[in-house]
Amino acid sequence: MAEAQSHHRQKAARLIAGLLMLGAALLAIAMLSLATGARAIPLETVWAALTAYDPNSTEHRIIWDLRLPRTIVGLLVGAALGLSGAVLQGATRNPLADPSILGINAGAALAVVLGVAVLGMTQLSLYVWLAFIGSGVTMLVVYSVASLGREGATPVKLALAGAAITAVLQSIINGILLTSPRTLDEVRFWQVGSLSGRDIDIVLQVAPFLAIGMVLALGSARMLDGLSMGDDVARALGQRIGLSRGLAGLAAVILAGGATAAAGPIAFVGLTVPHVARAITGPGYRWILPYSMLMAPILLLGADVIGRVIAPPGEVQVGIVTAFIGAPFFIALVRRRKLAAL
Amino acid sequence: MTHVIDAARIAAVRQAAATRRQVVVAGLVAALCVAFALAMYLGDYPVAVPGIIQSLFSPFTGLVDRGVDFIVLQVRLPRAVLAVLSGASFALAGIIFQTLLRNPLASPDIIGIAHGASAAAVFVIIVLGWSGLAVSFGAFAGAVLTALAIYLLAWRNGVTAFRVVLIGIGMAAMLAAVISYLFTRARLNEVQEAMAWLVGSLNASRPGDSIVLGGAMLVLVPLMVALLRGLDAMELGDDTAKSLGARVEFTRLGLMLVAVGFAAFATAAVGPVGFVAFVSGPLARTLLNGAGRGFLQAALVGALVMLVSDLIAQHLLPAVQLPVGVVTGACGAVFLLWLLMASGRSGRVN
Repeated sequence: MAEAQSHHRQKAARLIAGLLMLGAALLAIAMLSLATGARAIPLETVWAALTAYDPNSTEHRIIWDLRLPRTIVGLLVGAALGLSGAVLQGATRNPLADPSILGINAGAALAVVLGVAVLGMTQLSLYVWLAFIGSGVTMLVVYSVASLGREGATPVKLALAGAAITAVLQSIINGILLTSPRTLDEVRFWQVGSLSGRDIDIVLQVAPFLAIGMVLALGSARMLDGLSMGDDVARALGQRIGLSRGLAGLAAVILAGGATAAAGPIAFVGLTVPHVARAITGPGYRWILPYSMLMAPILLLGADVIGRVIAPPGEVQVGIVTAFIGAPFFIALVRRRKLAAL
Repeated sequence: MTHVIDAARIAAVRQAAATRRQVVVAGLVAALCVAFALAMYLGDYPVAVPGIIQSLFSPFTGLVDRGVDFIVLQVRLPRAVLAVLSGASFALAGIIFQTLLRNPLASPDIIGIAHGASAAAVFVIIVLGWSGLAVSFGAFAGAVLTALAIYLLAWRNGVTAFRVVLIGIGMAAMLAAVISYLFTRARLNEVQEAMAWLVGSLNASRPGDSIVLGGAMLVLVPLMVALLRGLDAMELGDDTAKSLGARVEFTRLGLMLVAVGFAAFATAAVGPVGFVAFVSGPLARTLLNGAGRGFLQAALVGALVMLVSDLIAQHLLPAVQLPVGVVTGACGAVFLLWLLMASGRSGRVN
């Protein structure tokens, strides 16, 4: 008994040390993100700009007006995507579940496409609200459809309903894009997913939502652990299945909707980061959630930094770099380790 | 508590399952016949029913009416046949993967094989600037190479379903990024052309497409039927199956190759038409309600979804011919959602 306890404590200590290391790595990447770009700025200058802002210095202005908002968006969006993916995989108990499969990205994309095609909107700051509303409505519809019928929103029904609604929305999107070249031209850049051009207004618009979503998600760890034992066991232990799944779903929608609103649809992060986190921490959402929350922004910001320097003078959008760096790494990891099934 | 097995009751359950399978097949075949008849009948150029029948049998009767024969035999018949063949192929590819990987989401349009075909085709269109048959070849090669890469990467003393699924989604993400990258770097008219191909269409179908796809199916379907025998044992789990003498790895690799064949030939013919591969298996199984694996039924569902979608795509808007891929998503999804809601009564979805 005592031995088991000390083993348990050792594991917890190891995992906390891991979290601290991830936090340090995240800080380092964030500093790098402030320093890197078309104009490289030395780290001392970055530090000076943060601590003693000089409005006459061009470099200081670049950091405050361009790179700081962009870095904050990257941090927020990354954390939100990692968390929402982990929560959705837990709530649906499907390793393939992620915001895009449950219709969130398609809902956001349709709202943006309609905004461009019908209302003629072309400003990024308006896309934020469109995307947010689109993803929220879509997730509501998916959840209500999956809840119909006797046994309520089972994992399989959620996944199938999400895929079905996604297909409907994608059909409409494709129909519009094929008939309106102007919309295709505008949307093809948005739908890659990018952090560039995001200013402090966008941060202020989405930050409150993401904060609420993060609290909800981190608070759902125990419910997700219950659900992971299977609906019958969880129910026998006194858990309210429908409520748990609903709350977890709500957290995922707010997070994924906010992230998509701020940066466009970024598919890879939410899907794969939780698998990496699970490989390190083992089962137990108390650890999977914070690990996902820290690892995802490391991936996203790292990819953004690389995207800024890889093809000068232009940039490669973060959604593309994420997949190009993340996917081989993920595949290698899947090959090397025995990833835990859900 | 006795352990005597009630033979009569088991026989009754088996009989009920067999009846249900037959009823579902009969219903789907009937629906398919109606849709096919509509596909022959509907169109801008009105042809009366006797004219259609005379035209369809003209190769045997020798009665020729050039105008009508052209419409029926050269335009409507090849298109409907291609819809049926490609729909069935997509459906079989989908249900094989969903069965082998034991996940209803694991159809080829989610685990990366359709992405491979799409990325290769978009590369051919945008970077090489080719069109027509070259795009079909590119898509075919892309699908096969991607599937091969997924299988090889997932191989480590054998493959497990979970590893194939995860590596598949990794590949899918990477290939989707390739497509996005090419889209942001190309001229708008090239993007439009690529986009049209990506949606998938029967508008540009050539008679040769049906012959190639049909020929491929003539080889693939018997192979699939032969390999499916090994699947019964595999459903008990890999270890049990091996101890029963089943050649697990052989059966799995064989079935995956067959599924990739179905997906690649169908994609080369009509483009990566979305959702047919995904939806047919779950639809067939919901209809069967546990009375069988539903491969035949899934193929019929796929053909039906494709044919009905193409009818809607052609005739929904009076002036515009939509590509079929715009409609399959909506059409298949409505069908699936209806079943999801209805399944509350029977209490089973899978």
